[in-house]
Amino acid sequence: MTTTTQSRATPVASEAAERAAAAGGGVATRRRPGVRIPRPSGWSLIRLASILVYVFMFAPIAVVVLLSFNSSRFGTFPLEGFSFRWFEALWANDAIVSAFQTSLVLGFLTAIISTSIGIAASLAMVRYDFPGKGLINTALITPILVPEVVLGVALLLFLRWLSIPKSFLLLLMGHVLITLPFVVLVVQARLTAIKPVYEEAAKSLGANAWETFFRVTLPLLMPAVFAGMLFAFTISFDDVTATLFWKSGGTETVPTQIFAMLRNSISPEINALGTVMIVLTVSLPLIAGGLARWFARGGRG
Amino acid sequence: MSTLAESRRPWLLLSPALGTLSFLLVAPLGFIVVYSFWLRTATGADMGGFHLDNWVEFFTDAFYHDILFYTVRVALITTILCAVVGYIPAYFIANTRMKNKALLLLLLMLPFWISYIIRTLSWINILGTGGAVNYVLMQLGIVNEPLQLLYNEPSVILGLMHYLLPFMILNVYVSLSGIDGNLVAAARTLGATPFGAFLKVTLPLSMPGLAAGSLLCFVLGAGTYITPLILGGPTNAMFANLIFEAIIIQLNWPLGAALSIVLLVVLGTVVTVYGRLMGLNQISKSFG
Repeated sequence: MTTTTQSRATPVASEAAERAAAAGGGVATRRRPGVRIPRPSGWSLIRLASILVYVFMFAPIAVVVLLSFNSSRFGTFPLEGFSFRWFEALWANDAIVSAFQTSLVLGFLTAIISTSIGIAASLAMVRYDFPGKGLINTALITPILVPEVVLGVALLLFLRWLSIPKSFLLLLMGHVLITLPFVVLVVQARLTAIKPVYEEAAKSLGANAWETFFRVTLPLLMPAVFAGMLFAFTISFDDVTATLFWKSGGTETVPTQIFAMLRNSISPEINALGTVMIVLTVSLPLIAGGLARWFARGGRG
Repeated sequence: MSTLAESRRPWLLLSPALGTLSFLLVAPLGFIVVYSFWLRTATGADMGGFHLDNWVEFFTDAFYHDILFYTVRVALITTILCAVVGYIPAYFIANTRMKNKALLLLLLMLPFWISYIIRTLSWINILGTGGAVNYVLMQLGIVNEPLQLLYNEPSVILGLMHYLLPFMILNVYVSLSGIDGNLVAAARTLGATPFGAFLKVTLPLSMPGLAAGSLLCFVLGAGTYITPLILGGPTNAMFANLIFEAIIIQLNWPLGAALSIVLLVVLGTVVTVYGRLMGLNQISKSFG
């Protein structure tokens, strides 16, 4: 047995988690020095069970994609032939196209607003000490801890009482609320890792607070800004639980549109729509991960 | 620069966030507490004041209690299954010698990015009468008629597991990968069996992650109405379904407000008890 000591505080865990959260991916895991721990017995059993969990997670998603290319009229097995007809049907369906537009605009605006608010809050939490900080820290993640149904009901009834009708604005405000804690968590984690010495250096060279922020802090923070925006966009784009309470009668987002279509039965069109959503939500983090790395290199490819 | 301006700055930076939280969260929650004492009259108008009717209805009608217990039961079963099923791949990724640990983890997190409603309805393709399982069973001649595998409690729990498992795996993994491997090696040198070392060293040290994952699974599971609506039958309604029903279908908003408070208090108690025991920062940990 070697005597090499292993550093207890290896940040691999948090790095990996952040990577998963930011979905950057592809960065090689650092090899940890230390003893080679003997494999637990039953390792092959553990491996087999893990593979089964992967199958459990991916099989239903794979079947959605598979069935979306099935030419059968019912959207079910057996597979009859390869066809793009359900994707063409999607394109021709005005309700779905407009739901997509709504979701994209909503997600984009949510991401911008939520990330701006989140960056300011994170700066206060990481760079300053002030009374009541612990309480504020808890308050900032409260929207995660309150059941989403309750968020939906409370905001809806409150704004009704204020005579603010269901509208796109209500939807936007609600989505900012539910995405804010995630943005704050992601940005705070990154900001903690940026040493304040850079900002202090800028200040000592005569930069004011604004200049310091826009020319030093923000560029360093760019990966987290992207991760936060992406997080906010995805959560907004996917949300159905609270959105069903907030949307007005005529407005549908993609998830609520799917929900409405499901009321009849599962159609092959839903599978095609599912495939589009899957491709979109899976490729977005990858693109953003690439963009974040590009920015991390200083924006010069 | 005055120190006063300096001490004001954090509050200035926090003001948009705190404004958002006060106006969109705190005030609405306060409002529904008051609103739950109002009445919805037959004409559809609200009657203000202090009426206990909604609360009397909740506390005396066994229908609500049964569904509340049923909700806790489903969320509890789901949480336990997620803990058992999620621990294994988390342990595997934390201990594998494969180089692409991050990729393995990322793969399991991928479904987290995929729309919840798509993932939920994808089970119809698996379990429905025209789904994969029935298709295979019929092709093999095991059954002649498709089995009714959907719209029951197991299908709701399965759908919830698929939704919640990534939360569990991520939290357990974060805990497991923070454990000093020397501790297990030491236990083994001192004569512990591999399983003994796992029970006495690894499992206790991974408890924070397991607990955080369980909290998330329970709270998110107990607060859902989409999964029971899509994958459950009429007897699988959960508490959030009652709220949805009251607000969207019956338009009895004061009752919906009262039921929302019940759900908030029940799940809030769980979160508070957990926070006292474990602290809430473990949950933030899985974000970085």
